[in-house]
Formats: sequence, structure tokens, C-alpha cells
Amino acid sequence: MVAITKGVAAPRPRRGRFSRLSENRTVLGAGFLLPAAAILLVFLTYPLGLGVWLGFTDTQIGRPGVFVGLENYQDLWQDTVFWLSVTNTLIYTIGASVLKFALGLWLALILNEKLPFKAFFRAIVLLPWVVPTVLSAIAFWWIYDAQFSIISWLLMRLGLIHQPINFLGDPNAARASVIAANVWRGIPFVAITLLAGLQTISPSLYEAATLDGASGWQRFRSITLPMLTPIIAVVMTFSVLFTFTDFQLIYVLTRGGPVNATHLMATLSFQRAIPGGHLGEGAAIAVAMIPFLLGAVMFSYFGLQRRRWQQGGRD
Amino acid sequence: MAQVAPARDHAGDDGGMDYLQRVPRRLVTVYLPLLVFLVVLLFPFYWMTITAIKPNDELTDYANFSPFWVVRPTLDHIKYLLFETDYPGWLWNTMVVAVSATAISLLCSVLAAYAIERMRFSGSRYVGLGIFLAYLVPPSILFIPLALMVFKLGLYDSKWALILTYPTFLVPFCTWLLMGYFRSIPYELEECALMDGASRWQILLRIILPLSVPGLISAAIFAFTLSWNEFIYALTFIQSTENKTVPVGVLTELVRSDVYEWGSLMAGALFGSLPVVVLYSFFVEHYVSSMTGAVKE
Repeated sequence: MVAITKGVAAPRPRRGRFSRLSENRTVLGAGFLLPAAAILLVFLTYPLGLGVWLGFTDTQIGRPGVFVGLENYQDLWQDTVFWLSVTNTLIYTIGASVLKFALGLWLALILNEKLPFKAFFRAIVLLPWVVPTVLSAIAFWWIYDAQFSIISWLLMRLGLIHQPINFLGDPNAARASVIAANVWRGIPFVAITLLAGLQTISPSLYEAATLDGASGWQRFRSITLPMLTPIIAVVMTFSVLFTFTDFQLIYVLTRGGPVNATHLMATLSFQRAIPGGHLGEGAAIAVAMIPFLLGAVMFSYFGLQRRRWQQGGRD
Repeated sequence: MAQVAPARDHAGDDGGMDYLQRVPRRLVTVYLPLLVFLVVLLFPFYWMTITAIKPNDELTDYANFSPFWVVRPTLDHIKYLLFETDYPGWLWNTMVVAVSATAISLLCSVLAAYAIERMRFSGSRYVGLGIFLAYLVPPSILFIPLALMVFKLGLYDSKWALILTYPTFLVPFCTWLLMGYFRSIPYELEECALMDGASRWQILLRIILPLSVPGLISAAIFAFTLSWNEFIYALTFIQSTENKTVPVGVLTELVRSDVYEWGSLMAGALFGSLPVVVLYSFFVEHYVSSMTGAVKE
């Protein structure tokens, strides 16, 4: 870990001799980069451009489209389902990210305590993050079953409710249910990453603060949080990006229903483009996600921390 | 000491001040929440397992059977899954795709990470940044144009469609992870080898790679897991039943119109998770450390 902290642009003392020893390194470097660059250019950069272009055409499956300018976007602008999906995506992203952060941080603090079998707990806590989302979502589908939900059964046995909750059939219940499933899957990642950050904070800081009479909350507020901010920024950027573009969970649990109440931009884009056949319109919806994603990245880069982690280095 | 600073809460306490904690307090602030977290995080797995071995009459009869236990376990669902569906084929497809995509990505990433990290050619910094940005491009933006490309290239409904598209998210991730590992290898080793007349290729094969085996293992595990879990590309690019991957197959083929075969669905989900869970449990320390390491940078 120590050596990793060298920044990309950090001065390298031995560089002079090193570069003299390999004079053709630009050519050689290009050669080494070629396979990765080829794959990324062909299957990532080109499709990204193609996607933007498709957004300006009326391409359908099996029928090449023509340029229609901003027509797709004008249609979307007046499309209430599209705006509903934008709202849903924002609710989903903000709700799930806040919960993931709060619960993940809490779990990280617990796991940072002195515990028996700590390594074991740390290992099994990560399980929800390891298994395929679609497969755990299928388990949630069954847990959320309208008739045989185990949660409904438990609550009914406890006398808290009198009829099963229609988890995925009622718009607001469905929103809450998909957020809960997303949080379930996201907590381990946040917790384990923040735990790594917590372990780098020196205990002597806490001891000093305690001697000065700081309360537990003050120690958390003035030591833990500031020391953890860089990692929080990184983790939450990733969390927000992946939650915003989530597709699998919604596709399994609700397919956007009931009455589009849980449609995210990604699922709406899929629905319009693949089963609906309107590739152009689907691409336009996908492109409409880009400003939000850029906004999130910019916010974390300029707003939270101007850090070099983006380039694999450290401040 | 204890009178001077009675610790009220111990968020983030470590090592030295543990003697300030009394057992009842720890019970409420540490063990109880931990128990709740564990129960919630692990319950779906228990539920999957118990449903997979429950006979159908017990499955929906909560009045006579406790839902949390199974009275007469059955292997019917699993038998159905293994012998009457294409499930084994889906497992095979997923395995082939995940292994091939991982191998291709790892090869490209090793070369790219070494070039960016060690060759220091002009512009390597921007390439590094570009790789990072590529990792941030989500599949849900790319799948429509990629579907069109896959179709035009004649790869639609074949494993190649997945093997060639999965590296779009694997290569950036692996490169990023390996860059961190390569950075931790001392320059001196390389310089000595260069002095002795070794080529870059020899340095990579004889010095860098043997020293970064832990990094390579982590990258391979991550790449394999990510490919195994991938869904949207597999859903879009594959049509025929026999070519599907596990996540897509379970979802689209095991769910018949009205009757949900919950038992075999859960068995399918369980067996589909097992390979990654087994892999994960063998390399859990690699996994945790590289995951936190990759983000900590």
C-alpha cells in the first residue's frame, strides 16, 4: 500500500536514467497498449458515439433510421412516462444511496470494534455483494410475493398488520421494496470499503480526544468523519453512479410496474428499444442519463474532494 | 482513568481504550446491531436454500407448516432443474463466457497497466485517466448501440457477442487494479534487468508478473465474478434458450406465464450463485484487500 501512494505526476528520482535505458518507450508503450485500446475503442468509444448518433435518428430494429434532429428529445420532453422515470431514478438513487451510506457506515463502525471471529464476519458480510444481482433479486421477488411473502406472514403473526402487504403491486410500496433490495445488496460494499478507511485512522487520535474530554459523538464528528471523507467521496460516487444506471434489480422485481411507478431511465430505455423496437428513442433516453452521471462525477471531483484517485494516485 | 473519561459511545474506538467498555453496553451498541445486520444480510440466502428443498405443498401452506423450516425435504426442484431444463447448459455457457472474457481482459490489462505505469511514454497519464473514465461508462448506456453492432457483425445470439463485449467493463477495472500492484514493485529490479540486457517483454514475464501474482489473482476473481453476474448484455444479445447464461436463463425460461415454480427458481438462483461464492471463499482475503485497496488509492 505504501508504494501505491505515489502519485502519477509525482517526481520520480530515477526517471532520467530509466528513460535513457529505454529510448523507444513511446513506440513500445503504444504496442503494449494496443490490445486494450483496440477493445475499448471498438466496443466502448465507438458505441458511445453511435448511441449519441442513434438518439438523433428514428432507427428501429430491422430498419435503418434517418436523421430526425431533436425529434426524439422533443417527444421525450412531452412524455410523462419519461419524466416519471427521471423522478423515479432520482428517488431511487438518492433514497438508496443515503440508506446505503448510513447503514454501511454503521456496519463499518461495528466491524471496526474488537470482535471475536472478525475476519469471518467480514467475509460473510460481503456475500450479498458477491452473488449475481439477478439471482438475489429473484430471492427478493419471492420474499416480496403478494400472497406468500415471509415478511407479511411475520408481521401478521406479530399482529402488526391484518392482510399481506402488496409489496410489488402498490406504487409506493414497490418503490420502497426495490430500494430496500438495492440497499441490501449495496451495504456490504460500502461497509467493507469504509472499514478499510477506518482501520487507517490512528487510535492515538481517539485516545488524545478522550483525554481532552471529547464525547463519543464528538470523537466521531471531529475525527472519524473528516478522516474518512476522501474514501466516503470515492465510495459514494461509485454507489451513486451504479445505482443511477441500475437495470437488473428493477427488471427482475417489477419490470417498471406497477403503472410505471418503478421505471428507471435504464429500464425505460431497454423497454422502448429492445421489446418496443424503437432503438432511436431508447438511445435518446440512455443519452439523457449522461448529464446526470457527469454531474455526479463533477460534484464528487470538484465539490467533495479534489483528489487524484481518479487517476489511480493519491493526494 | 475510568472516572476521568467514561466512554459513552465508542464509535470508531480501537485497541487502547477497550478497557473502558463494559459488557452490557457493548451488547447493545455492538453485538445486537451486528446480529440484526447479519440476519438481514444472510436471510435471503437461507430463504433461497429452504425454498429450494421444500415440497410444493409445504411451500404455500403457512397454516400447517412453519415457513422457516422444512418438514420433508425434497430434491424434486433440483432434479427438475438439472434434468428437465437447459440449466446445465446455461451453467456451461456462463462458465465459457466468463473464463474467456476474463482471460482476454487480463491479457490486455496486464500489457496496458504495465505500459501506463512503467513505460512513462508521453501521454501515459491521459491514457490512465481515459481508462478510469471508461470504467465509469455504464452498460445501460452502451447496450443499444452495442446490440446494433453485434447484429451487424453477425455475432447476435452467439457466445462471442458476450466474450467480446464483457471486456468493455473488465479491461478498465483490471487495468486500474493492476496499475496499483505494478506501482508497488520497486524500479530497481527493472533497472537491473535492463542493464543486463533484458527486453521489456522479458522484464514483464520474468520480473513483474511473478511479483504481482496476488494482484493477478484478484483481478481474475473480480473479472470472473463481474462476467458471471453480468445481465443486460446477455439479456439483449442472446435469444435462443440453449445459448443463455444462468442469470438470464433462470429469469426468462424458468418463469412460466402464471405458475411460478418457486422451488426450482430458488434452486436455480442458489446453484447459479455457488461458483462465485466458492471462488470467493477460497480467495476471500485477496478479494477484500484488493477491493478496499483499489478504492483506497
